[in-house]
Amino acid sequence: MEYLNIIVQGILVGGLYALFAAGLSLIFGVMRLVNIAHGDLIVLAAYVAMLVVQATGLHPLLSLVVVVPLLAAFGYALQRLILNRTLGKDLLPPLLVTFGLSVILQNGLLEAFTADSRKLNAGSLETASFQLGDAISIGYLPLLMFVTAVGVIAGLQYLFYRTALGRAFRATSDDAEIAQLMGLDKRHIFACAMALCLSVVAIAGVFLAIRSNFDPFMGPGRLIFGFEAVIIGGLGNLWGTLVGGVILGVAQAIGAEINPGWQVLAGHLAFILVLAVRPKGLFPRIDG
Amino acid sequence: MPDLLEIDDLHAFYGDFQALHGVSLRVRQGEVLALIGANGAGKSTLLKSICGLVTARQGSIRWRGDALLGQSPNRIVAQGVALVPEGRRLFPSLSVEENLILGGQVRRSGPWSLGAIYDLFPILQEKRHSPSTSLSGGQQQMVSIGRALMSNPDLILLDELSLGLAPIVIKDIYAQLPRITGQGMSAILVEQDVTRALGACASFTCLAEGRVALAGAPGEHGRDAISAAYFGT
Repeated sequence: MEYLNIIVQGILVGGLYALFAAGLSLIFGVMRLVNIAHGDLIVLAAYVAMLVVQATGLHPLLSLVVVVPLLAAFGYALQRLILNRTLGKDLLPPLLVTFGLSVILQNGLLEAFTADSRKLNAGSLETASFQLGDAISIGYLPLLMFVTAVGVIAGLQYLFYRTALGRAFRATSDDAEIAQLMGLDKRHIFACAMALCLSVVAIAGVFLAIRSNFDPFMGPGRLIFGFEAVIIGGLGNLWGTLVGGVILGVAQAIGAEINPGWQVLAGHLAFILVLAVRPKGLFPRIDG
Repeated sequence: MPDLLEIDDLHAFYGDFQALHGVSLRVRQGEVLALIGANGAGKSTLLKSICGLVTARQGSIRWRGDALLGQSPNRIVAQGVALVPEGRRLFPSLSVEENLILGGQVRRSGPWSLGAIYDLFPILQEKRHSPSTSLSGGQQQMVSIGRALMSNPDLILLDELSLGLAPIVIKDIYAQLPRITGQGMSAILVEQDVTRALGACASFTCLAEGRVALAGAPGEHGRDAISAAYFGT
């Protein structure tokens, strides 16, 4: 029964990893861009949320009302002004530019906020929990994170397959040249995708900041978790990404139970194991 | 009054390779122009230049008298130009109907709508929820034509309609051409099959190695003159 509890906790944390990963998956799917700065953008969102909370006194979760639009606007501008110029047949330029962006973000945040670790205080929500049977204790915060992740992924899925914007995303991803002949402006479509990605990043950043301490240099670690969740689930499959996050979360929880030092290691081992058995991930998208 | 499309002295390049060397042509309102020529003569490049996918370095393309050159493809399409690209190039992750709807994204007014396309090619209505990749080559070509028509263009550019299709299917598709162009729409028809192309047009232009080798009405030049221009002899 003790392990059942550990697995449940792992599943719930997996929701956070899926939130880290969803934006990464979205951007790769639409424009084949591997965004090395993704983790740092999550940390940036955490700091933006901190500023908003300090300035307005809002509850961290309510600060999303401000943080999401801010990050979305930043994402639109980032894509329009910088990243669009790097996209082409060669995958390397965008990779290098986002790597540079990662370095700039880390050092910019260090300059502005020092290396001190920060945290957002969500009050009683952080510790409140309820019992499920005798052995399982579920915290409201982890549950909320998981439910949010499911909601975000369901929302993205709906947007991708049921709306005009989603149709434009898929068409541009299929054949950007012909998509332009349908009257779609590739630069605008890509910028919309990045705005959407950073909206999810904003949510991930706020949960990250409530759940644990954060500092300017924790971005790359989040990037790795996000990458692993995406790859485990299979590139281009959003529900797969959720499953990937859950597998990563459960592996880490079990690893931590065996030895507290093995938490992160166990996640990486699970990742390598999946890669060895299913190199394309568990649920690869079937290409036509 | 200016012609619908006026191209003068167009020079277009792929990198350092020059594909067009000073091409000029006219398309009047409602006219079907056949563009013939051997492989590599520059036919597709000319179509791509018109819709902005290839940027010409010299010369001019005028649309109703206004400069088209240098505008982005999405803006050119909004003014009434549509391309049926070589190889069809449907969006594989979209269904048949989604491909068509996307073509209508430009929202110009005119006779073409989903219903009109299904009326033209009934088989597409049956298959409207299928992935576009599951269709036969001929059906895919119908989707590609329908997708272009959905924007209600004034000029439709048809690039190699018959490429890779069975003769019977080609005949079916060509049989529908008058219904498409009969609505006052102009067309530029690029075709390997010269006889078929000349039979479907009011005038033709023959390209050879990026230059206009011969132009006129199909009846105006003899068979020998056309084949000499085609082969560059």
